[in-house]
Amino acid sequence: MQFFGETDIDFIGLRKIAFIISGVVIGISIVFLVLKGGPKLGLDFTGGVEIHLKFNGPTPISWVRTGLSKIGLGSAVIQSYGKKEENLVLIRFGVEEVSQDTASKIVLRIEKVLREEFKERENPFIVQSTNLIGPKISEELRRGALLAIIFSLLGMLIYISWRFKLRFAVGAVVALAHDVFISVGALSLGNFEFNLPIIAALLTIIGYSLNDTIVIYDRIRESFKTYRKRRFSYKKVFNLSINQSLSRTIVTSLTTFVVVLALFLWGGAAIHGFAFTLLVGIIVGTYSSSFVATPVVYTWGEGKTKRR
Amino acid sequence: MRQYDKWIMLLIVGIIVLAVWAILPLEEKINLGLDLRGGMHLVLEADESKLPPGEDLKDAMNTGLEIIRNRIDQFGVREPTIVHQGDKRIIVDLPGIEDPHRAVDIVGKTALLEFKLLDEGGDLSGALQGKIPPEDEILYNSKGEPYLLKKETLLTGKTIKDTRVEIGQWGQPYVTLEFDEEGAGKFAQITGRHVGERLAIILDSVVKSAPVIKTRIPEGKAVIEGNFTMEEANELRIVLKSGALPIPFNIIQNTTVGPSLGQDSIRKGLWAGITGFICVILFMGFYYKKAGLIADIALLLNLLFLLGALAALKATLTLPGIAGIILTIGMSVDANVIIFERIREELRKERAPRSSVDAGYSGALRTILDANITTLITALILFQFGSGPIKGFATTLSIGILASLFTAIVVSKTIFNLLLAGRPVKRLSI
Repeated sequence: MQFFGETDIDFIGLRKIAFIISGVVIGISIVFLVLKGGPKLGLDFTGGVEIHLKFNGPTPISWVRTGLSKIGLGSAVIQSYGKKEENLVLIRFGVEEVSQDTASKIVLRIEKVLREEFKERENPFIVQSTNLIGPKISEELRRGALLAIIFSLLGMLIYISWRFKLRFAVGAVVALAHDVFISVGALSLGNFEFNLPIIAALLTIIGYSLNDTIVIYDRIRESFKTYRKRRFSYKKVFNLSINQSLSRTIVTSLTTFVVVLALFLWGGAAIHGFAFTLLVGIIVGTYSSSFVATPVVYTWGEGKTKRR
Repeated sequence: MRQYDKWIMLLIVGIIVLAVWAILPLEEKINLGLDLRGGMHLVLEADESKLPPGEDLKDAMNTGLEIIRNRIDQFGVREPTIVHQGDKRIIVDLPGIEDPHRAVDIVGKTALLEFKLLDEGGDLSGALQGKIPPEDEILYNSKGEPYLLKKETLLTGKTIKDTRVEIGQWGQPYVTLEFDEEGAGKFAQITGRHVGERLAIILDSVVKSAPVIKTRIPEGKAVIEGNFTMEEANELRIVLKSGALPIPFNIIQNTTVGPSLGQDSIRKGLWAGITGFICVILFMGFYYKKAGLIADIALLLNLLFLLGALAALKATLTLPGIAGIILTIGMSVDANVIIFERIREELRKERAPRSSVDAGYSGALRTILDANITTLITALILFQFGSGPIKGFATTLSIGILASLFTAIVVSKTIFNLLLAGRPVKRLSI
């Protein structure tokens, strides 16, 4: 079986359209980010207390709020999440609202007051998990996440410039930035919060997208040796290499996409955001290695040739 | 069969046997993280500003850890992990804990027990307005009622030998203490000297009770009363017996996962993994026919090796770790896909099947190595900077990639060699 035989798509010729599309999507991502006031940070990075409850039946948020206001926590963030039939509710408030020492105890009080509230409504619940992150820890996690992103971008840059010429590295990094921007925009659009697993997913996307790009780069390098002798133009060699890699690019992206889709659909609420990031990233990363990374390398090279 | 292939076959079978041996029985060998088995993860940080003068922070941390370990042992938690982190932190992992609130109290309570005299001649209302006599201080009980006390600590809980919970005549539990010889002597001295005065029993700066000393108490026994529930009394018994922490600790992180959520996560992860796995297996079979089946065998072995390595390294499997395994299922066929596409290309050039296979493998090798290193770099960095669950993801992802390099390059190649050996092959099923 084969999706397509030998293709002859003019990727390099399509680069202007591709750049415009990418530019527009990145623009939309940035607009969304600005409109929402930057990425929405999750508990890992803000610090605070989060309690996850699972109710027996449908639970309007106002009921929970009524219960919480009895102990002065009426202003807490209360959200339902996950699939509707799961009846999951999360409660979140800052540690500064309660002193750290009592933060652990307040969970007990919340549990108690909600038990009373929902006893009347005959809708019992269980506490699935509680999470208290002090300000020091959240600061450390923020720094760790930032360092991880910086180091992985640096690592990739060093690795690629070692294995390939500089302009290839530039093309790859442009594609990576492209992928990260769009993924972050999509996360904002989907109202997902940035927490540690999402950072991990973003870094995985960086690795994945680069993986795709390198397979094509390798092909270009190899093709140069064989085809330049036959006086093929740069454009032709680039196009040929992308086309020759296309089958592999599509198949691998497909298998990866399928497993991540399974994770997204059935993996549960706890890794929903993580799976979503990967889903978006795989699509964008696959696109960017053929339509962004390689054309950027070509465009840069073209400029140089003209100047010469 | 070439001699070389025989040795490789032997090696592969050997590794399979090792991996199976490493993971069986699965429930015992795969170490589940707290997010999957349920439990509590605490990070305690010493409050340096409250380090008693002359005391060394390092000593205090070591003693603190011992005391916490002691308390947890008495509380009865199976397989707790209690370790230092950095200079002034202690990490406590309590798997499968059923009563998280109790555990927090037991681990985090300083449990500094002090005996001080009430200043009954002093002017309490004046002191409350700020005119505290220089030798006195004000402390409160749990209801917020103030007490004017002499500052001097006459006795602490350091000399406690044993503690017990007993039930009073109205059914209310209380805690009895027994001092060792030194403590008993001191206690007798204090009570003898201050008959008729009130002696306050103070726990972590909260006045528990302030009974009148009726007579000298020579046998070194005391009673702490309060409005305790049975559990609270028991808690107090444990913390008093194991002694006070040499320095107060703040709980700066507390992540508690109930057992049902962990079970749920495992079930969902398993379901997502199996579905994804079947899809990939079927797809490879359809798309690459018999060669696809070889890739499927490689994938299956990849998972086996991944689990085997997890078990052998005693690594912890977390929820993101499961996600890493699932991601591996999708990504690890990539090496075989690169190889197969190469072989197809060679075949299109009308090359003979066997030499196409060889050319496909050797041509793809460099690309595969080049491409997979990027994901390995990511995994390494995540391992370095990530917290516990994320480390689990980095672990499974990197082991998965390494295993896929082996299965795609060595295992599937050997299967090809075996199938193509010794007979003329006109067509490849790829």
